[in-house]
Amino acid sequence: MQYLSLIYPHFFFIEGSHATARQAAELLRSVISQQRVPYTNQAGALIDAVRAVGEQLIAANPVELAVGNIVRRVLHIIREENLSLATAAIAGLNLSAASDGDDDDDGERDEHTVLSAAAVAAAARSTLRPPSLQTLLEDMPESATIPHTTSSGGDSEGKSKSADKSSRTRRLKHDIIEAVNELIQDITTCHEQIAEQAIEHIHQNEVILTLGSSKTVLEFLYAAKEKRRSFRVFVAEGAPRYQGHLLAKELVARGLQTTLITDSAVFAIISRVNMVIVGAHAVMANGGVIAPVGLNMVALAAQKHAVPFVVLAGSHKLCPLYPHNPEVLLNELRSPSELLDFGEFSDCLDFGSGTGSPLLHVVNPAFDYVPPKLVSLFITDTGGHNPSYMYRLIADYYSADDLVVRGRIASGN
Amino acid sequence: MPPQRKGAAARVSEDTEDLTRHPLQAILLADSFATKFRPITLERPKVLLPLVNVPMIDYTLAWLESAGVEEVFVFCCAHSKQVIEYLEKSEWFSQPNFSVVTIESHNSVSAGDALRLIYERNVINGDFVLISGDTVSNMSLTQVIQEHKERRKKDSNAVMTMVIKQSKPSPITHQSRLGTDELFLAIDPQTKQLLFYEEKTDSYRGIIPLDNALLGDNPSICLHNDKQDCYIDICSQEVLSLFTDNFDYQHLRRHFVKGLLVDDIMGYKIFTHEIHSSYAARIDNYRSYDTISKDIIQRWTYPFVPDVMFSGNSATHLEREGMYRASEIEQSRSAHIGPFTVIGKGTKIGNNSNISNSVIGKGCSIGSNVSITGSYIWDSVTIEDGCDIRHAIICDGVVIKSGAALEPGVVLSFKVVIGQQCIVPSYSKVSLYQQPTVEDSDEELEYADNSSGTVDSSITCTVDTLNREMMSETPASQLGPGGVGHVWSICEGAHEEEWRHSVAPIPADKLAEAIQSLEDDLELLNLDGNALSVSGELKSGCNGTDSEDDDVEDSRDDSIIYEKEVEATFLRAVNENIKVPDVILEMNSLRLSYNMTSADCAGAIFYAMMKQALEIPHATAGELRKSAASIIDAWNKLLKFYSKEIDDQIEVIMKFEEMCLESVKEFSPHFSQILHLLYDKDILEEDAILRWADEKKDAEESDKVFVKQSEKLIQWLREASEEED
Repeated sequence: MQYLSLIYPHFFFIEGSHATARQAAELLRSVISQQRVPYTNQAGALIDAVRAVGEQLIAANPVELAVGNIVRRVLHIIREENLSLATAAIAGLNLSAASDGDDDDDGERDEHTVLSAAAVAAAARSTLRPPSLQTLLEDMPESATIPHTTSSGGDSEGKSKSADKSSRTRRLKHDIIEAVNELIQDITTCHEQIAEQAIEHIHQNEVILTLGSSKTVLEFLYAAKEKRRSFRVFVAEGAPRYQGHLLAKELVARGLQTTLITDSAVFAIISRVNMVIVGAHAVMANGGVIAPVGLNMVALAAQKHAVPFVVLAGSHKLCPLYPHNPEVLLNELRSPSELLDFGEFSDCLDFGSGTGSPLLHVVNPAFDYVPPKLVSLFITDTGGHNPSYMYRLIADYYSADDLVVRGRIASGN
Repeated sequence: MPPQRKGAAARVSEDTEDLTRHPLQAILLADSFATKFRPITLERPKVLLPLVNVPMIDYTLAWLESAGVEEVFVFCCAHSKQVIEYLEKSEWFSQPNFSVVTIESHNSVSAGDALRLIYERNVINGDFVLISGDTVSNMSLTQVIQEHKERRKKDSNAVMTMVIKQSKPSPITHQSRLGTDELFLAIDPQTKQLLFYEEKTDSYRGIIPLDNALLGDNPSICLHNDKQDCYIDICSQEVLSLFTDNFDYQHLRRHFVKGLLVDDIMGYKIFTHEIHSSYAARIDNYRSYDTISKDIIQRWTYPFVPDVMFSGNSATHLEREGMYRASEIEQSRSAHIGPFTVIGKGTKIGNNSNISNSVIGKGCSIGSNVSITGSYIWDSVTIEDGCDIRHAIICDGVVIKSGAALEPGVVLSFKVVIGQQCIVPSYSKVSLYQQPTVEDSDEELEYADNSSGTVDSSITCTVDTLNREMMSETPASQLGPGGVGHVWSICEGAHEEEWRHSVAPIPADKLAEAIQSLEDDLELLNLDGNALSVSGELKSGCNGTDSEDDDVEDSRDDSIIYEKEVEATFLRAVNENIKVPDVILEMNSLRLSYNMTSADCAGAIFYAMMKQALEIPHATAGELRKSAASIIDAWNKLLKFYSKEIDDQIEVIMKFEEMCLESVKEFSPHFSQILHLLYDKDILEEDAILRWADEKKDAEESDKVFVKQSEKLIQWLREASEEED
């Protein structure tokens, strides 16, 4: 089964959330296609199935936020497709769905005549109420404690319109799978979409600084070079995993003028830099960034010298959650062996003498949290955005009902 | 290495083909065939004991799965039902691309038996990973298997690749951080072939006997004492048949590895593979249980750490300072949980309790004002108010009543009850089961594989039978009011070593003792200049015999040891009828290694000869003289070889004189006769005797006894020389 690598992500050494996101989407697609759909409440059944698998996936690796994002995106897709089908089926009929969620009202009011899901989504986006912190908080315990609150979305729709099911039994599933395919397509092409914007941001003879390695950054820089912009790149090596070395190699292979520096030299070099462009592990709803370790330092240095700090992130990295204690809870502590050689230090780790408590602690966090105020601009596949706008962007992609895929995680956090 | 690089790409493809032909197999021994974890292992097999709240076997299986092993044969012996039951309940039987097959046996007593049984089953059809179910690792197998396969292609005798890891042993206690004995390896630095494997060192710390042939046959060897054996072996099929052919092989290392290394007829070779960035270690005793637990908590075994899910362990969150907390914990606000602590699901912790460096299992209830340090508390343990627990292992279902205290190193087996205010002395082992005697120990299929272990257990057993009457009458009184359980007695001899393998850190007084004995050893080492100064220094030296320190002030003691050596060599030469040239060779090597002059040598040999003469039974003084004469006659050439110079000869006379005065007074009446004899045999020249006499002229009266005794001879010699002139 392909989803082993999602359950045991650490053992398959998938680097970056991009591949993980695509795998998660593919897995959920197969879950949807394999799910037997009852005559009544199809969307509900699908949502439950996706939710059940999603719960497992998220629990397997809570730190890889992309998985949760995709699960939520797929749930959102199911809701939207269901909604658009329902409205299409009962076109003209005035539905008294006042008791249902606001989203549905908004959707239905707008598109009596529109049939395509994409249009529904677009319409919903334009009129969606902004999910303020308050509404998020209101929703969270509700869906956590009472699982059947899903009825505000697909369930009630399914129930109320179970009469005319036969025509859309297959269509719903088909449409959902189509939409998920589109999502997979989006994830696959997000690099290109982001890279297309490179020309607007990188100018002639500029100096760009980046840290560690990111496929998105690589494509972005290369796209600018392709457009005959001549610029220089400084790459901070990104200890302890030194992915910057790989990036430098790739950049040089593609003919970019590259300088490799140590992480600790970032502050010294930043005054010569015109722009910092980095990749992200995840972008939170408040505009904060979970990024490879060392980036907070770079962001602070950039702020000190008023250098723009630009974060590239595909839409699958947009996470609808607000970070709480991200340095610890959304972090991953990796093996100390990346920092030092066990054999050389084995005598420091002999617990047989002294008090038996280790005197040497080695901490190797994988991620940094960069607060939104340090970020100048986000570039996603839909364009450039301010950090303060992220919550709005996120509202387009996710349904508020799905913010908590599993009650336990929210309470645990 | 450039030659390896060249064909790498081509070889990779070949090897992947190989891999597809044979799915990678592994043999997992779910039995340690040892008794180190008693009394806990009386009730539960070792592989199911929780290590940071996850059974050990899960670490091993999860690693094997992640390393790409496709088929695992789990060999169950002791408590096989429990192991099989556990595996059936777990997810391991339902994993895709990873099949787990159990093999059950009730009469295997060693790893050797297990492998012989597996050979009979005929299930292994290629290279396999041999591992025991108590190994924790995160290493990648691809490289080592590739190396193994490449070696096999070149040399079909390379049957095994052993995984080793650098880990410095403590220079004080001479044990590794895992509580095992210091390991000495000799490895060919080029080919990585294992040439020598020794776990125990001699009483002379830091001296290891190496076969001369080892140095002769190999252009270079590297001696290591800073390596740790990970007990992960990549074996070829032949290993199984080797075990079958040599039915006396029991232990993997002690018998099999050493057997192969010694046996040069078949020419099987063992190679080593050193891992650097990854982790691998085997839980051998309580100390390694402690050390590996701490390594896991410190994330050396990443990704096999408590907050990463593998094999269905419950979700645990890592908080600041290495604190792992599972869900549904009830913790009092005033309770303090220190760094590097793991708290299991549903555990309750009362007011003002203090927990540090410990692992607490699921569903435990800990009262208020409890202090827990460096302990391993398994599931459903109840600890009442005011207990003090330091460096203990507490198994499932134990109840510790209020005010009780456990001193460091205590092991409480399943469901023991410790009464109120009871103080359990350090290193106690308490179990509901009585300590088994020799007779009923076969009910349990564990096998004491090391000689010391068996000795220990037999001693404990005899002691136990003595104590038994006493114990059975008042089994619980030692555990306070309401206590349930038997305190296992530890005999004196075992207690001496108990601190080495306990979960508790080594107490300061033991360390001081060890340092003291180390210093004593050091002095001894300095006496014989051959040995290296400190055993720890051995690690990088590429040949073991370069001597650095021959201290002048110790040369006297040196010569005493040297004399003893010479005497022993000579005795052997006499007993085994070794030819004179060979003896000369040996003497020479001794002389060189102790950095002695040939005069010393002559003296020592003469001393040895005289001693030998004395050994021959004699009734009268005449007989003694005769036997001395016959020995001198027999070993004439040897003595002559070393007493070519006048000085050497004088040394011989002086030595003789000294002997007659001090150690071997029996010879004193025969001094002049033997001197004459030596002169007759051309061992001593007249110049030597005369000069000796001259030297003694100014000596004190007491020193001149023998000069006077041989006055006649000297007189005669003088006259003879004058005549010549």
